Amino acid sequence: MNLHEYQAKRLFAEHGVPIPQGDVASTPAEARQITRELDGKVVVKAQVLTGGRGKAGGIKLASSADEAETHAKQILGMDIKGFKVRRVLIDKQAPGIDQEIYLAILIDRGRRLPMIMASAAGGMDIEEVADKTPEKIVTAHIEPQLGVRGYQTTYIASQIGLPRELWRDFHKIVAGLYECFKSNDASLTEINPLVITGEGKLMAVDGKMTIDDNALSRQPRLAEMRDVAEEPEAEREARLTGINFIKLDGNIGCMVNGAGLAMTTMDIIKLFGGDPANFLDIGGGAKADQVATGLRLILSDPNVEAVLINIFGGITRGDEVAKGILQALSVVQTNVPMVVRLAGTNAKEGREILAGAAMETAETLSDAAQKAVAAAAKATKGNQE
Amino acid sequence: MSILVDKNTRLVVQGITGREGSFHTEQMLAFGTNVVAGVTPGKGGQWFEADGRRVPIFDSVKKAAEATGANVSVIFVPARFAVDAIYESADAGIPLAVCLTEYIPVLDMIAVRNYLDSKNTRLLGPNCPGLITPGQAKVGIIPGNIVKPGHVGVVSKSGTLTYEVVYALTERGIGQSTCVGIGGDPIQGTDFIDVLQMFEEDPETEQVIMIGEIGGNAEEKAAAFIADHMSKRVTSFIAGRTAPPGRRMGHAGAIVEGKSGTAESKIKALNDAGVQVADNPDNIVDLVVQG
Repeated sequence: MNLHEYQAKRLFAEHGVPIPQGDVASTPAEARQITRELDGKVVVKAQVLTGGRGKAGGIKLASSADEAETHAKQILGMDIKGFKVRRVLIDKQAPGIDQEIYLAILIDRGRRLPMIMASAAGGMDIEEVADKTPEKIVTAHIEPQLGVRGYQTTYIASQIGLPRELWRDFHKIVAGLYECFKSNDASLTEINPLVITGEGKLMAVDGKMTIDDNALSRQPRLAEMRDVAEEPEAEREARLTGINFIKLDGNIGCMVNGAGLAMTTMDIIKLFGGDPANFLDIGGGAKADQVATGLRLILSDPNVEAVLINIFGGITRGDEVAKGILQALSVVQTNVPMVVRLAGTNAKEGREILAGAAMETAETLSDAAQKAVAAAAKATKGNQE
Repeated sequence: MSILVDKNTRLVVQGITGREGSFHTEQMLAFGTNVVAGVTPGKGGQWFEADGRRVPIFDSVKKAAEATGANVSVIFVPARFAVDAIYESADAGIPLAVCLTEYIPVLDMIAVRNYLDSKNTRLLGPNCPGLITPGQAKVGIIPGNIVKPGHVGVVSKSGTLTYEVVYALTERGIGQSTCVGIGGDPIQGTDFIDVLQMFEEDPETEQVIMIGEIGGNAEEKAAAFIADHMSKRVTSFIAGRTAPPGRRMGHAGAIVEGKSGTAESKIKALNDAGVQVADNPDNIVDLVVQG
């Protein structure tokens, strides 16, 4: 789960990372009020869960409350890469910026440890820095029993050319960012940029944070920070049901058990010239209710012209899936053609349950995908005529 | 021969009385796995009965291991207890712990790996389907009726996708030495390279199928290992060629972030290491046969 900039920065601040004074507004009038209270020049920043806000015109400087209100009016409601702006952060402008640094803590899967990553090339896309000038990136791994050690931050500070008088503060920021990472079960805490202000102080003017979804059950405060308005309704319903659904742009709905097989089913649909409408993994050991919800979500997408159900039972049982399919079809009236392929645990029982339903069956994944692609093509042609 | 589990496996099931634990213990017994004990705290002294067999239940893994000589454990307990179950297994000196549980936080897994590295316990998983040596032992949930004894080793990040490939092999009369699911989480107990090495050393395994997916760089590292250390032929499939970037595809580890973790990068690394990569799991068998 990704947090908004203002949420991330507030969490950073709880661990001693200096951030600009500021507050969040959801109306232009609030933006004006906040700016007046901040008493100085501000920056108005769109709060959306995507990058490239600046380029899209979602970040603007203002030197008066009037100007902040005008910018907020413009930015609120703006569409940035499919995300509607519902809030703006009004931050006091840093008193001049002398240098921009990149600083992040993330998980290095290969070394199986948290890692500090820093660069003197702050304010830029770090992927681009890594690609073009990898020598500008400095890293150090954190042993959880040891935490962030002084020699590590000294090494990083010296490597990125940070002035000697800021090393102490830099250590406090890195250690605080790691505390924040650890105590909130983050998989990423990122400050880009961490600036040296005209007054010679370090300050986190932007913040990004990703929380490990698997840990949300023990992080109730963070779970409540989820911006449900930014989550498509079908994906929210899927999440609450315990299934994994991602909407895509095609016309063949897929319901599969297991993430790897679900991705493969999408790949094979494409391979045979079709276009998947979604990724849907009903998870391991899904019950009939979950299957029914999954199928209902697929059918609620008006673009769907055929459905492919591919279940290879292990922990999931074919009969439960079959019951779920019938349950969904008893609620949703549909004439969308369906292709079902059941294999593995209790597949035979499942096929018996579905024997009366009007669906095409398939033996292999290739067979199922070809039939679904053909059914969708026929439906498309029918609709055009 | 085979790797990790065989007819000498003495299995203890952690969470044997739960919904999944009991169902799959029955399946494992039916397959012929030597299930010697179960553990459910508070139910010690009772028996688990299925398939004409009685399996004693203990309150702790330590007691179960002392009484039965269990040498492999399989963990069927919910996420919030699973980490404890792994520690318990290691503390009881079980050489191989197989954790099927999904949704374990990654910071917990970092601590688990750290602890296990100081112990003599190998972890397989978490969030994996377990492993199976056809004709000998099934530990986990891979369906027993789709495998056949033979000489192809299978290692995979995915559960159901593994079944797909194994089923296709068996349908064409090609048997397997051992099929191992390593799981799709960012931090795992056992990775591709560990299993590839075991297959390389196993006289019964003649060639290997490696099934990967988007996210991380384990496939790229495995490719380098194959190029440098494998004399046996390896064939592969990578899931997620068409996955959109920035979206987590079910598995905690399956995400394309920027340029890292893409299927293209993995396929290229494997091809460069001399590994053929099928574009459809049904076709992987053709590549194996051509060998």
